[in-house]
Amino acid sequence: MGDLQIRVQEAAFDPGALLSDFDQLAARSGAGAVVTFTGLVRDLPGGGLHAMEIEHYPGMTEKALTAIAEEAAGRWDLGPVLILHRYGLMRPEEPIMMVATASAHRAAAFAAADFLMDYLKSRAPFWKKETTEAGDSWVAAKAEDEAALDRWRQG
Amino acid sequence: MQSLQIVYFAWLRERIGLPRETWETKAETPAELVAELAAREDRYALAFADLSAVRVALDQELAEFDASLAGVREVAFFPPMTGG
Repeated sequence: MGDLQIRVQEAAFDPGALLSDFDQLAARSGAGAVVTFTGLVRDLPGGGLHAMEIEHYPGMTEKALTAIAEEAAGRWDLGPVLILHRYGLMRPEEPIMMVATASAHRAAAFAAADFLMDYLKSRAPFWKKETTEAGDSWVAAKAEDEAALDRWRQG
Repeated sequence: MQSLQIVYFAWLRERIGLPRETWETKAETPAELVAELAAREDRYALAFADLSAVRVALDQELAEFDASLAGVREVAFFPPMTGG
């Protein structure tokens, strides 16, 4: 199993710098493919999002992310895996989170990144709240996010 | 009786009005614990009115409402997660 890096932090991060470090780590591990996903704070349709605040469950968050990364490493032959997720207050256009996977070939790296994102969305204890002119509201979970887990359960 | 740390997140925390409390209980499952809490005050009853919108974790692991509370120290209630 490759190196699993789990980071839960309030501070902003630079996806480019993180990817550059990850690429080097992946290359040293013998990987030939790196796949990354970066989640950004998206403005509302028509604009008006002032801020997004993410609450999390310290302790459980780290455990849940580690369990998800270990599950991925058990399903695919992976090099290093990185999951970084922020909490606290962020502005539109800022990066929220990043996932990176490495493997010998691209298929496993793509599949593992997809799997990590599906599980992270509905199994890691984060909650998003949007602040607009009209006030604050908690983002509702989507039924399709839960349904997305089903495709990993078959077979 | 069992002493539990109960933690609340997101809108459950806001509706109940506190992030954490210690509670002495005879409840054997999260479902029984919810019934006990909902009987305390309206703010609990309102927060737990629709259990399909509530998730539970026992000692920081997701669990079902009919799971056993035996040996559990921390129970968390929160809405479905919205990370990513």
